[in-house]
Amino acid sequence: MLKFVSLLLALSFCQGLQHNNIDDYVEAEPVFEASKYGSLWPLPQKVQISEVSFKLTSSSFRIVDAKASSAGPSCSLLQSAYRRYYEYMFGSAKKQWWSKNNRRSDPSDLSELQVWITSPDSECDGYPSVTSDESYELTVNQPVAVLKAPKVWGALHGRIYTRFELNFCPPTLHLFQKSINAAIINDFPRFQHRGILLDSSRHFLPIKVILANLETMAMNKFNVFHWHIVDDQSFPYLSRTFPQLSEQGAYHPYTHVYTPADVKMVIEFARLRGIRVIPEFDTPGHTQSWGKGQKDLLTPCYSGSKPSGSFGPVNPILNTTYDFMAQFFTEISTVFPDGYVHLGGDEVDFTCWKSNPDIQKFMEQQHFGDDYRKLESFYIQKLLDIVTSTKKGYLIWQEVFDNGVKLKPDTVVHVWIGGGSDKEMSSVTAAGYTTILSAPWYLDYISYGQDWQKYYKVEPLNFEGTDEQKKLVIGGEACLWGEYVDATNLTPRLWPRASAVAERLWSAKDVTDIGDAFNRLSLHRCRMVERGIPAEPLFSSYCPHEYKGV
Amino acid sequence: MLKFVSLLLALSFCQGLQHNNIDDYVEAEPVFEASKYGSLWPLPQKVQISEVSFKLTSSSFRIVDAKASSAGPSCSLLQSAYRRYYEYMFGSAKKQWWSKNNRRSDPSDLSELQVWITSPDSECDGYPSVTSDESCEYLPFLVHVMFYGGIQSGLETFSQLVFEDEYGAKSINAAIINDFPRFQHRGILLDSSRHFLPIKVILANLETMAMNKFNVFHWHIVDDQSFPYLSRTFPQLSEQGAYHPYTHVYTPADVKMVIEFARLRGIRVIPEFDTPGHTQSWGKGQKDLLTPCYSGSKPSGSFGPVNPILNTTYDFMAQFFTEISTVFPDGYVHLGGDEVDFTCWKSNPDIQKFMEQQHFGDDYRKLESFYIQKLLDIVTSTKKGYLIWQEVFDNGVKLKPDTVVHVWIGGGSDKEMSSVTAAGYTTILSAPWYLDYISYGQDWQKYYKVEPLNFEGTDEQKKLVIGGEACLWGEYVDATNLTPRLWPRASAVAERLWSAKDVTDIGDAFNRLSLHRCRMVERGIPAEPLFSSYCPHEYKGV
Repeated sequence: MLKFVSLLLALSFCQGLQHNNIDDYVEAEPVFEASKYGSLWPLPQKVQISEVSFKLTSSSFRIVDAKASSAGPSCSLLQSAYRRYYEYMFGSAKKQWWSKNNRRSDPSDLSELQVWITSPDSECDGYPSVTSDESYELTVNQPVAVLKAPKVWGALHGRIYTRFELNFCPPTLHLFQKSINAAIINDFPRFQHRGILLDSSRHFLPIKVILANLETMAMNKFNVFHWHIVDDQSFPYLSRTFPQLSEQGAYHPYTHVYTPADVKMVIEFARLRGIRVIPEFDTPGHTQSWGKGQKDLLTPCYSGSKPSGSFGPVNPILNTTYDFMAQFFTEISTVFPDGYVHLGGDEVDFTCWKSNPDIQKFMEQQHFGDDYRKLESFYIQKLLDIVTSTKKGYLIWQEVFDNGVKLKPDTVVHVWIGGGSDKEMSSVTAAGYTTILSAPWYLDYISYGQDWQKYYKVEPLNFEGTDEQKKLVIGGEACLWGEYVDATNLTPRLWPRASAVAERLWSAKDVTDIGDAFNRLSLHRCRMVERGIPAEPLFSSYCPHEYKGV
Repeated sequence: MLKFVSLLLALSFCQGLQHNNIDDYVEAEPVFEASKYGSLWPLPQKVQISEVSFKLTSSSFRIVDAKASSAGPSCSLLQSAYRRYYEYMFGSAKKQWWSKNNRRSDPSDLSELQVWITSPDSECDGYPSVTSDESCEYLPFLVHVMFYGGIQSGLETFSQLVFEDEYGAKSINAAIINDFPRFQHRGILLDSSRHFLPIKVILANLETMAMNKFNVFHWHIVDDQSFPYLSRTFPQLSEQGAYHPYTHVYTPADVKMVIEFARLRGIRVIPEFDTPGHTQSWGKGQKDLLTPCYSGSKPSGSFGPVNPILNTTYDFMAQFFTEISTVFPDGYVHLGGDEVDFTCWKSNPDIQKFMEQQHFGDDYRKLESFYIQKLLDIVTSTKKGYLIWQEVFDNGVKLKPDTVVHVWIGGGSDKEMSSVTAAGYTTILSAPWYLDYISYGQDWQKYYKVEPLNFEGTDEQKKLVIGGEACLWGEYVDATNLTPRLWPRASAVAERLWSAKDVTDIGDAFNRLSLHRCRMVERGIPAEPLFSSYCPHEYKGV
């Protein structure tokens, strides 16, 4: 490994004497130093960075398709990625004009980045999937750098990190000159499923917020947007088949809904960044908002011998329920191209079912005794059959597995319950199911200080089980439930805390040096800020370009 | 009290079943209902709202000076306030054009808000001070105000009474409001040293402070981490001590702008220059200001607090605070004085010698007091009063009678309030309002439930409590997250400091605060949500 010589972004951390903190909050205070890996985040699997560096000139530097590449100029996915990263590196057109007029290119410059898709099928017009090949190889050398990837998905992850040099130009104009070190990077993700859950039901999230976070996910090599789109509080999904669901169930039928065009835009925006969109339609619990637009869908609760006027989970004993679900999930299967749908199935409260005499009768008929988990399983089983018939796979929250529902072998069990999640991972994988982990990564729970370290220190395979079992863990998700976040505070609350999860899911298992992570993540967060994302600070510090918004 | 009939802003709170929360975080969940006080925040002292309502038409509605008012059109402070509140109520010019073309005024409309400054001296061109009269009386068709401080509050209250009906027309209920603050000093501390805060962020928060009737911006402008204040007398302080000498400093023009922006909103700007501790960044530009620490018999290369044994120190401070006294018009400066670490002083042989000469023995608190005493004399000579953190009082430094002691240490702050006031000093409270400490859930309720006078003491002592401040220290906040972290959590403190002592109904507060936070969002401030809910106009930024 060659020595890394330059600080990627000027940034300093002071002796952070905390003011007025005499209680037990004080932690060991971080001191910023340059990492030998600069600002790379998440850390690639294999990195060699040399001391040799090249200049990049915005007026002459180009990102081009390599001759042998299977993807050409017609691959709009790559073309938009080229533009995006060109702008990240050199700023907007206006900024480029300045540098164009102030510096000419030089033979020792790095003039080109060639992007070479090696597999005959580039998957350029496809959607990313759980089996997408995301590996890439990046060689930075003079005069051209080469980014080699079997599929476009890997090419999206390979990016060149430029370093900044401050040139003092007469009379007082500051120009940032970009440079890059020679490097060889060979990279692939440790886990295939690296997700972020956003909740657009407890608070409506304007499309702009969702897109900004997809953009940031791509900067952190996340590849799954788990869209918890509806819940008890509101139903913002505008269904073509059942428009009354959002008409009655959204916070507002026009201003607080996602139209089919909105959903399409989110999916395409995500696709261009190699991100899958997995919608969650959680049933039979968490469905209060569904009941507003869909009569008889929910179970009427009883108070004594009379309906109380309130409603419980989806009514599992009516045929109309299953007719509705069949139509609804048929629509979902066409609107969302991903191979998987998240079906929820968590936290079903049995109180209402217990109160309802019709349900009681049904329980007797089915010989379920007093075990309402059997009734829940009865419902879920039918739902899974319906969704299977739409040719989709499914993810479900862990309770569905715990309750012994019969699952297809390719079901993904989502482990979320904190305390005992190791045991749960053991039993889920022992039963042969693939699984993703979220229990340690509930980012809506905030606390004072650098909680990213807690998320960073998690080791997802740290449970008892055979190697075969460990292979069934395909990844994890950082969850930001929506009780306390909306457009005003979501983005800074999520980033860079979720970046800690990003590295855990992408980088090699032995990448655990918390000091080095602090140094790289500090620079990575300033990079996000410079790209217009209000990612909050790790600790007392500054970025060369502070956030411009409020 | 007449019955209040209409909801001021549409807003709903659902049965907030929390998803996936099985641990002990779950609280009793709030259910939104309309308060009889609508969206008023902080709650005025006396409110009568009638069922009768009037329409307001943007094309004909005017805010005008009352004939008998002592302030006229030449009072630019009032004129800018009129414009600001007109825009809050009716939106931007573009929006107004639409309504102009869509609705004509009607005789039953409310056509005018008269602003009447009753005192002969309107203080229009002055600065707000700790004694500013902020009382105001509000009647339908008329705001009747005494002195300026009250105008800001009166207009804010008026705008809070305006609501939008289902067709988007603005209406207001007939009402009589008689209002004044419970405490005179209602502050927000922002820290621009641990993270540099761009001017835009500071101004946005001053704007929001005005919406919440805060009247003191405590600007913790420098600290160990950086020195962004550009001093005319000692420019090397920020050249060497700021995070960056050009992009991360406050120029004299910036500071002026902040002060004027605040003045127009009835907000005092009190800068804090904390010494002798918390001064690492000062040492970068000012040689010999800080104490050299020793490791054994040799200087270790690191530095401690301000060096209290050199005359040059006091010469520097005299020049520096003379500048400060002219740059900042407020009658008070905050001098800090907290958390002085004695380790470095103890290591330094010159300091040890000085301690002997002065017969201080081993009591370094005496040395600290020696320094502070000299500093206070210097600042007094610049004709300023001062605020200091509680340690200065605790260490027995002789203070001027008008000194304000700032109580911040959590745990035992009631006792501290007792002893400070028993000694006859005025005091402000911050201990329960450290808003940089975040936790999951509705922590605003904790801030709201604080009663500042809940300590043992005589009525005379209680009168010495002139207010409090919500502090947002800067370790974990910068331009990216400051505003949503501060609001509406600081709004809870705002009501505690403004409204009557018996305004403590947490359910009613939740209902009003929910609407108030949506109002802040509608005015472009990213104030975070209290709980699952929505606003008719969600935040437009990212």
